[in-house]
Amino acid sequence: MVVAQVQPPEMADTTRFLEEVSARTAGVSRLEMCIQCGTCGGSCPSADDMDHTPRMLFAMIRAGMKDEALRSNTPWMCVSCYHCVVRCPQGVHIADVMYTLKGMAEDAKSYRDKTPPHFASVFVGQVETFGRSWELGLTARHYLRHFILRLPRMTPMAIGLFMRGRIGIMPNRIHQRKQLHAILSKAEELEKVS
Amino acid sequence: MSRYLYYPGCSMDGSGRAYGESLNGVCEKLGLTMSEIDDWNCCGATEYVGVSLSPAYALIARNLALAANAKKDGEPLVAACSACYLNLAKADAYMKERPLLNERVNVALGAGDLHYEPGSVEIRHLLEVIMNDVGLDQVKSMVVKPLAGLRVAPYLGCMLPRPDPDHRWKNHERPEELDRLLEALGADVVDFPLKTECCGGHMTQIAPKVGLELIKRLVDEAEHHGADMMVTVCPMCQINIDAYQGEMNALFHTKHKMPIVFFTQLMGIAFGLDEKKMGFGRELTDARKALRKIGQQPEVAVEAAPAHRQRPDKRALPMPTMPKDADPVREALASEVNQ
Ligand code: SF4
Ligand code: SF4
Repeated sequence: MVVAQVQPPEMADTTRFLEEVSARTAGVSRLEMCIQCGTCGGSCPSADDMDHTPRMLFAMIRAGMKDEALRSNTPWMCVSCYHCVVRCPQGVHIADVMYTLKGMAEDAKSYRDKTPPHFASVFVGQVETFGRSWELGLTARHYLRHFILRLPRMTPMAIGLFMRGRIGIMPNRIHQRKQLHAILSKAEELEKVS
Repeated sequence: MSRYLYYPGCSMDGSGRAYGESLNGVCEKLGLTMSEIDDWNCCGATEYVGVSLSPAYALIARNLALAANAKKDGEPLVAACSACYLNLAKADAYMKERPLLNERVNVALGAGDLHYEPGSVEIRHLLEVIMNDVGLDQVKSMVVKPLAGLRVAPYLGCMLPRPDPDHRWKNHERPEELDRLLEALGADVVDFPLKTECCGGHMTQIAPKVGLELIKRLVDEAEHHGADMMVTVCPMCQINIDAYQGEMNALFHTKHKMPIVFFTQLMGIAFGLDEKKMGFGRELTDARKALRKIGQQPEVAVEAAPAHRQRPDKRALPMPTMPKDADPVREALASEVNQ
């Protein structure tokens, strides 16, 4: 666990970061309702691998510690198991806040391990191009880039999956790709405005 | 004949092909017509939302808009992949909860001449449809080959029972529905304590040690309970536990060979459908050997799993509780005080 040593920021900055996070979260984040009970961290299967427990991270967000929060590996270690979400007494949308923080860390390029954001961006790139995900293309590209050492073990697995008809050699595509591109570019434009 | 709109999701004719195949066979038997929505797109899995909010939800909502257009008579939209189901259900719920998101998503959809009114499509998961619309009585009545002798560990994973945006599940951490269904098929069902723990999700791709450790916990526990196979409702859980078991064994020096199949595959077998047509043989960790146990007496008696202690209140937090029954220390103290 990392103990952050920083000066408290000015009040205005403090609330600004909290508002920014909430604005970029899908539902109503309810972050300001967190009572720091720690149920989330206590329920989390990934807590051991996290720099900060979700509870600590939320305190950091409310304290306006933007840089530290965006550098934390916590959101990247979240497996979206939603254990914390159903247990949180305050109904904080914990897992969705984790997604928000990933997106913000990507924008600020403030992550230490490039593997997760690369995986996400290759996946998203495929979906934007084809309208469908394509497991073979995704994993091949990802493993060549990040896990060369895992390839000897992955190759027989890929062959096994292929022999059993579980891997498509070519990507599936939707018909209305133009329509999908129009929708996604418009959405991206709206996202940037905020 | 009940008609449903069907959202297969990308893995149904890829890595989760056995699910797609068995689902078709079983739904036909049960008289459920699944009409696939035309030209659906990927739901974004757990990746897109972590990149950019409005595009991620516009991507999901395109499917909802297509479903709303295809709807004739209030048919629900059914997904069988837990991640797809949750994305669809969450998009609908959050568009209701947050007017700004709804507005943005609909402006974006408008660029493709589509529109989605949140709440206009009912979104459901296949397991829940079978439990509630078909019902266990009908399932039971269709069993021609009871799965007696087959010991199964029901494994739901996370995203079906949680966060449950539509409040369909009574118990989010230890739901019993899959257990009841497998019992109705005649299987010997393990009280699997990790039934809604994480399969590792995308961790096998981005932080392998974390992912493989989560997989190991599940497989160890299933083995410990003497399960012949695990039974799942989600293609992501299936591929993680099936395909990465080799890498997991290598990392932890274990020799597990725990098959994991889809619940629809076992329904098909119990309904007398062909093993191959139900997708058996597509799994990397062979499940067919375990199928031979059906109808046989179990070789060794398996030690019963410790009884599960019920929490005082389903919604309560996991707090330490005092034993209700006789506590010698307390009684001794009480009698001393009374004297
Ligand atoms: S469980 Fe909820 S209220 Fe408690 S610390 Fe976590 S987010 Fe805050
Ligand atoms: S959803 Fe994320 S933060 Fe919450 S318990 Fe699961 S892994 Fe931990």
